[in-house]
Amino acid sequence: MSIDIETAARVAKLARIKVEEEDLPALAGEFNAILGFIEQLQELNVDDVEPMTSVTPMRLKRREDVVTDGNQQAKVLANAPDAREGFFAVPKVVE
Amino acid sequence: MLDLTYETPKPKTIAGAKQDWELVIGMEVHAQVSSNAKLFSGASTRFGAEPNSNVAFVDAGMPGMLPVINEYCVAQAVRTGLGLKAEIHLTSAFDRKNYFYPDLPQGYQISQLYHPIVGEGEVLVEMGDGTARLVRIERIHLEQDAGKSIHDMDPAMSFVDLNRTGVALMEIVSRPDIRGPEEAAAYVTKLRQILRYLGTCDGNMQNGNLRADVNVSICTPGAYEKYRETGDFSHLGTRCEIKNMNSMRFIQAAIEYEARRQIKIVEGGGEVTQETRLYDPDKNETRSMRSKEEAHDYRYFPDPDLLPLEIEQAWVDDIAASLPELPDQKKARFIADFGLSDYDASVLTADTADAAYFEAVAGAAGDGKLAANWVINELFGRLKKDDLDITASPVSPAQLAGIIRLIKSDAISGKIAKDLFEIVFTEGGDPEQIVEERGMKQVTDTGAIEAAVDEIIAANPAQVAKAKENPKLAGWFVGQVMKATGGKANPKAVNELVAKKLAE
Repeated sequence: MSIDIETAARVAKLARIKVEEEDLPALAGEFNAILGFIEQLQELNVDDVEPMTSVTPMRLKRREDVVTDGNQQAKVLANAPDAREGFFAVPKVVE
Repeated sequence: MLDLTYETPKPKTIAGAKQDWELVIGMEVHAQVSSNAKLFSGASTRFGAEPNSNVAFVDAGMPGMLPVINEYCVAQAVRTGLGLKAEIHLTSAFDRKNYFYPDLPQGYQISQLYHPIVGEGEVLVEMGDGTARLVRIERIHLEQDAGKSIHDMDPAMSFVDLNRTGVALMEIVSRPDIRGPEEAAAYVTKLRQILRYLGTCDGNMQNGNLRADVNVSICTPGAYEKYRETGDFSHLGTRCEIKNMNSMRFIQAAIEYEARRQIKIVEGGGEVTQETRLYDPDKNETRSMRSKEEAHDYRYFPDPDLLPLEIEQAWVDDIAASLPELPDQKKARFIADFGLSDYDASVLTADTADAAYFEAVAGAAGDGKLAANWVINELFGRLKKDDLDITASPVSPAQLAGIIRLIKSDAISGKIAKDLFEIVFTEGGDPEQIVEERGMKQVTDTGAIEAAVDEIIAANPAQVAKAKENPKLAGWFVGQVMKATGGKANPKAVNELVAKKLAE
């Protein structure tokens, strides 16, 4: 699989990262280098190998169903560019 | 136990301009898990709190914050799976579904695309006419809910509340086994009933705690059967997904509209394009959500913050052992043990509170059928009139059973029983005592009734003469006797005595 300029532009848009037109060819090139490496990995047969999800044998940590957090409206809103009446205020988004 | 068997309902057909069409519907129901805290944070799930007060930094997507799973939410998903007779996966995993929206501060939703916690199950959907559809469940996965945007507080801005962000949802995905708008509503109703029995979701659709995405397609008669035989979706039409509906009425109207829209396109020689649509109840139409299409590339990948979720069979077995009696079982038992009709049993098992009330009455009254009649016809009607819930009923099961026992022992007539019920409903008190104190007892003493009959006959010689010629006029005497005894005379005894005396 090879990434063309159009795909690179699309990935940038989906990630909400602004990439100038003239930088797209270089970006596509980098994507292709990464994918090339992955293609190389795919030559290995891993049919009977479990995916390794952790380097240490750990069990997913769980919490009890108890309310231990929240009630910090001011802190939650502290970094918001605009907040009104306890809400984040954002430019209108409506379907 | 009585096994309930039903005929399969016929699919809904819609007549197009050229031919008949059948509907094929699959649903994704999002059910909010009943829990105290959120799926991955310790913030509260309470509805109606101050905006952005039930928010942990995890929910707000603050850098460096890590999700820790709420084990109770996992148990709730397992419980739901068991209640839908589904396969439980001892290993499941979480994935990130990536998209940008103001009510999703993380920039992704944690969901379970590749390895859901619950696999295939089923729901029996009764249609109330002796038919029922067995709808196959494909999977249930756990995921985070998004926040809420409010658009009407300011002309230029949307206001975002993250209280709901990160609350646990179960997405219950059905196979395309639903064959009409009524079936779709019945499916959601049954699913909601099961979830409420299990205590895993409160089913409050108004608050958005239960919402449905509906996939609708059309096909020619016979095509669906081919799909079921082969599993090949190409026998079915292209589907459109109608998003986010939280009313049974809208679900039905949207399906109806959407099916007709697709028929028009296909019969006009066009092709239905697969897309996401939104139902507008004001205009009763569906329309394309183009913005959603552009962002449809979710680039799922396993969430690196979360290890796979591994649960033990013994833990699942413990949950299985603690399951309550479910609607189908309860209904079958009510029919078998109390001799109820399928309809009465359905009404009384719609809700666990209703069912518990009925059982208490039936047990104490010693008559299931009479108890069912009184609960459904008198009590439910009276509660509805005062807009009361069964849990707030002024008449307790013991009181209603008391009234029924008085009817059974012939102490009061059916008519007086209704008066007595009204007294108990509005004033309270022990039915037996009220009957004693207010002299409501039915007069079965033939001596007393005979005296009343004699008196009326003696006082109305002209009527007697007429009645002797036309026996149909005896009814007038019965009425007079009932009036004279304040409605307390046993009607059967009065009828017999009047007939006898007039014949003398």
